[in-house]
Amino acid sequence: MIPAAFDYVRASSAEEAISLIGQYGDEAKFLAGGHSLIPLMKLRLAQPTVLIDIGRVSDLSYIRDAGEHIAIGALTRHMDVENSSVLREHVPLLAHATSHVGDPQVRHRGTIGGSLAHADPASDLPATTLALGATYVVTGPNGSREVAAADFYQGYLTSTLAADEMLTEIRVPKMKGAGWSFQKFNRRAQDWAIVGVAAWRRGNESGVGLVNMSSVPVLATSVSAALASGASIDDAAAQAADEADPQADLNASVEYRQHLARVLTRRALTDASS
Amino acid sequence: MTMTDQPTGVLGSRMLRREDPALLTGEARYTADIAVPGALHLALVRSPYARAKIVSIDTSAAAAMPGVRAVYTGAELADMWAGPMPCAWPVTEDMKNPTHFPLAVSQANYVGDGVACVIAETAEAARDAVEAVMVEYQPLEAVVDLEDALSDRVVIHDEIGTNRSYTWDLKIEDTEGACDAAFAAAAYKVKERYIQQRLIPAAMEPRAVLAVPQPFGGDMTLYSATQVPHILKVMTALTLGIPEHQLRVIAPAVGGGFGSKLNVYAEELLCVGLARRHGVAVRWTETRSEGCQATIHGRGQIQDIELAADADGRLTGLRVRLIGDMGAYLQLVTPGVPLLGAFLYAGVYELPKAFDFSCTSVFTNMTPTDAYRGAGRPEATYAIERAMDSLAYQIGIDPLELRRRNFIPVDKFPYEAYTGLVYDSGNHDGAATLAADMVGYDELRARQAQQNVPGSTKRLGIGLSTYFEMCGLAPSRVLASLNYGAGGWEAATVRVLPTNKVQVVTGTSPHGQGHETAWSMIVAEKLGISPDDVDVLHSDTAIAPLGLDTYGSRSLSVGGVAIAMTCDKVIDKARQIAAHLLEANPDDLEFTGGEFRVAGSPDRTMPLAAIAFEAFTAHNLPDGMEPNLEAHTTYDPPNFSWPFGTHICVVEVDTETGEVEVIKYVAVDDCGNQVNPLIVDGQVHGGVIQGLAQALFEEAVYDADGNLRTSTLAEYLVPAASDVPPVITGHTVTPSPTNQLGVKGVGEAGTIAATPAVINAVVDALSGLGVRNVPMPASPNTVWSIINAAQGGSQ
Repeated sequence: MIPAAFDYVRASSAEEAISLIGQYGDEAKFLAGGHSLIPLMKLRLAQPTVLIDIGRVSDLSYIRDAGEHIAIGALTRHMDVENSSVLREHVPLLAHATSHVGDPQVRHRGTIGGSLAHADPASDLPATTLALGATYVVTGPNGSREVAAADFYQGYLTSTLAADEMLTEIRVPKMKGAGWSFQKFNRRAQDWAIVGVAAWRRGNESGVGLVNMSSVPVLATSVSAALASGASIDDAAAQAADEADPQADLNASVEYRQHLARVLTRRALTDASS
Repeated sequence: MTMTDQPTGVLGSRMLRREDPALLTGEARYTADIAVPGALHLALVRSPYARAKIVSIDTSAAAAMPGVRAVYTGAELADMWAGPMPCAWPVTEDMKNPTHFPLAVSQANYVGDGVACVIAETAEAARDAVEAVMVEYQPLEAVVDLEDALSDRVVIHDEIGTNRSYTWDLKIEDTEGACDAAFAAAAYKVKERYIQQRLIPAAMEPRAVLAVPQPFGGDMTLYSATQVPHILKVMTALTLGIPEHQLRVIAPAVGGGFGSKLNVYAEELLCVGLARRHGVAVRWTETRSEGCQATIHGRGQIQDIELAADADGRLTGLRVRLIGDMGAYLQLVTPGVPLLGAFLYAGVYELPKAFDFSCTSVFTNMTPTDAYRGAGRPEATYAIERAMDSLAYQIGIDPLELRRRNFIPVDKFPYEAYTGLVYDSGNHDGAATLAADMVGYDELRARQAQQNVPGSTKRLGIGLSTYFEMCGLAPSRVLASLNYGAGGWEAATVRVLPTNKVQVVTGTSPHGQGHETAWSMIVAEKLGISPDDVDVLHSDTAIAPLGLDTYGSRSLSVGGVAIAMTCDKVIDKARQIAAHLLEANPDDLEFTGGEFRVAGSPDRTMPLAAIAFEAFTAHNLPDGMEPNLEAHTTYDPPNFSWPFGTHICVVEVDTETGEVEVIKYVAVDDCGNQVNPLIVDGQVHGGVIQGLAQALFEEAVYDADGNLRTSTLAEYLVPAASDVPPVITGHTVTPSPTNQLGVKGVGEAGTIAATPAVINAVVDALSGLGVRNVPMPASPNTVWSIINAAQGGSQ
C-alpha cells in the first residue's frame, strides 16, 4: 500500500490552487479530504506526479443562506454539512444523505466538493444534489462559471471540470417544506450503496436521484413526470429504472439493481409523501 | 468448582484482561513496530496470472534502481533451500504433493504466487523496484472449479500428472454394508449438496516478518506475526538447512490469526534466507491485498451429505462425500482440514455404526487453503445441521423436536461414538432447552405463524444449530493414526522466585486469546497468590523452548492444564520443605490460601513465600533435595475435549429486497468450567460474528480465469460492528472429566455453531415460499434470486 512517488505542494487560497494546477497540468491532482484519491493511489490505480493540497484553503469551507438557495463551500467537511442547522432547516435531504457517507472518520476528513468532483456514481452526494437541482460553481484561470448538476457528470469518474478548474461552491435550492427520503441499500453500513435513492416531493413537483445505477448519477425524470401527471406512487416508481443503465458487480446483477431502484423509489416516495 | 480444595475465587471471575491496556493504547509492539537500523525491506513480484509458464525474467532495470540491494528470481534462489515448503500432514501414503518453493521457478500457479523478489533499503524503493522487474509469462488455462479439477481435463502440476491430491476414507471396522443397508431400510432419506465458499481470514494485523542475524556465530532471530513460533522454528531450520539451535523465533504481539498464521510462509523463509545470505536484517510487512491473495484461505469444500432415518426421525445412516479445494499447493496442514471434520458429521446425535465418509481433495489455481477458525468442524457441523432441518421439514416436525429425538442422552456419557471416539461428557438437551427458553422459542413460532402469511414481505425465520466440537488438539497417538507430523502435547514450567513472585513459561502462543490473564488466574488459584504476582512468558523459543503453540482451541485444555499440573508439582515440593521446616509429617499438612498448616495445629503454619526463599537459599532443605522451587510438565491429553452447545438465530427477511436482518441471536455454549467468563463471552461474540459473516457476507470470489475479484476489503465484506447483531450468551457447565480443571476450550465454538444457525433461519423464513436451500453467503441479491426461482420467476 505504498503509492508511487509524487511531489506535494500546498495551496493557501483558491486562486493559488488554480494557478498551481495551471502550472502542473494533467500530472497534478487536487487533494482535499483524500478519501477517494488516496486509496486509489495506494493501490497505484492513480499515479499523479503532483498533489496540490487544498485542505487548508479555509475560504472554501462555509454554509451560507443565500436567499433562494444555500451556498456550500466545496471544502466543507461532510460532518459540517451533516450537522449544519441551516441545511437541516432548508435542505434536510442533503444533510441526511451526507450522514450516510462512509463512516465518522471519513466524514470528518472528506469534503462535499471532493466527493462531487470525483464523480463516482456510487457516491451518495452526486445523485442527491442532482435530485435537488443543485448548481455547481466551477472556478478556473478565467474566473467562475455555473454548471447545473444535471450537466456536470459526463461518465464514470468524469465531469465537465477542465484540467485547470476546481469546484468551489455548491448551490442547493431550498426545499421549502418538501417531503423527502433517502434510501441507501448496502450490505455494510460504511459501504457505497448497491443502489441508493434520494427523493423529494412537494405536490406535483418531485426530484428523484439514483445512486449507482449508471456510469453517472441518474435523475429519474420519468418518475417525476409520471407523478406530475397524477400517477400513483406505485406506477411512478415502476419507471424508476427507465433512465438507468446499471452495471453488474459482485453485489448485484443488472436485473437486481433495476428491481432495487423500483422498490427503493417506491419506498422513498411513500416516505416523502407521508 | 473442582479446582482446589479451597478456591480463592480467582478462577471463574470476570477479571479484566491484563493484555488490553497495551493493545488499546497502541503500546503493544507488533513485528512491524520493531525497529532494526539498517534492515532491508523485502517485496515480492507476484504472478498476475492464475497459471502461467515463466518464460523469462529481466531483473536488470530493477536492480539498477536507487536503494535496491538485490533482485532474485525463483531460479536464482534455488540453491538457498534445503527442502521445499513444508506440509506436515501427509494424510495418506500416496498423497500427491507438488514441489513448492517460496518463489516459483518455472510455473506460477495462482494469482499472487511469488516469482521474484527485491530487497531494498526502504519499503518504497522495494515496492517501486517490483514494478520494474520484467517477467514474460506464457499464460495457461486455469482451473477454478472443483469438479472440473477432478476431471483432470487440465492438469495443473505436470510432475504429479493429476489434480487429485488424495482420497481419504473414514473406515469403521466391521461395518461394511451397514450404511447401504440403513439407506435401503430408511423411512426418510435426505440428500443435499452444500458449498462451503472460500473465506479470507483477514486478521486485524497483517502478516509481518523480521529476520535479524546475530552479530557472532551465525545465530538468527526470526520475529514473525505467527501463531506457531515453535513449529515455525523447526520448519524453518529444516527448509533452510539451519541448525535448529541457532534459530530463535519470537512472536511479539500478534493481532489475530484464525489459523491463517498457523503456517510456514514463503516470506518467512525468504527473510531468513536473504538475511543469512546478505548478513543483514531483512523485513517484510504484508499489504492487505497481499493478505487476500497470498495468505491461506479457509473452507473451500463441496459437501454431499445423505441422511437415513427411521419413521420417528431417528438417524440410522449417514453418507458423506467431500471434494476439498487445496488451492495451488499444500501448505502446512492443508490436506488435514477435511479430516478434522470427518469425525463430526453426526453432530450431537446418536448414530449407529452406519457411516460412510470419503473425501477427495484436488488442486486448483487459487490461493492455497488451510486451517481457518474451526478447520473442518464448521463445515461438518454446517452439513449435518442443515440436513437435519431438511429432514425435519420432510417429516413435518419442528427442527428442535427432531434434534431432541436424536440427542445422545445425558446418561450415556461418556459415550463411545460410531467413529470409536469417546465423547467424555455432554448435556445436549440441557443446552438446547436453555437456548430455547432464552430466545422465547415457542412464542417465536407462534409469531411466525401469524407473520408469514401469503403476501407478507417481512418473513420471520428461526434457525437452530446444535454442535459438538472436537478440540483440545490433541492426544499424540490419535494424531499419529491420522498421519499428522507432530504430537499434541503442551509444556509448562512454573518457577517460584525468591520473593514469591511466579514465572510461568508456556508453550502456547497467544495472539488475542488472553493467555497471560487466564494462565495467571490458574496459577493464582492454585498457589493462593494474586494474579498480579504471576508473569506469563511465552512466544519466544529462547524463553519457552518447548511448545506446540496455539490453534484448535487447544491452549487451555492442554496448555492450561499443563500449568495446573505443574503447580501441583510445585506444591508437592513446597510441602516437603514445609514439613521439614515445621518438623511435621508431609501428609499432615494442608495447603490453603498460599500457606501450609499442620492439621489440628492452626498456629503451626508456613507461607509459600517463606518456602520459596528457603528453596532459593538452600540453607536448610531436606537431604538430597535440589534447590529452588520450580517444576516442569509436558502434558499429552488423554482425549480430545468436547465442548457443545445450541445456538438459535432469528431473522427477518425482506422478500422484496432479499435483505436478511438478524433480529436476535442466542448462543448457549458449554465449555466446561470457565477460567474467565469475560474472555469466554468475548470468544463467543467474535466466533459467532465470524460464523455469521460466512453465512451472510464473506466469499473469496474468483472469476473463470482465476483472478481474485475480492482482493481488498472494499470487495471482501468483513462485517463491522454496525452490521451485526448483539449476541446474547448463555452457558451450561458440564465439566470435562478428563482434565483436572474441567475445561474444554471455546475459541472456535461460535464459528462452528453460527453459520448453520443463520442459514437455517433464512431458509426457515422462506420455507413458505418454496425455498429449501440458500447458498452462502446469503447476500440480498442471492436471496432475492432464490425467492424468484422458487416462485417460478413470477415475482
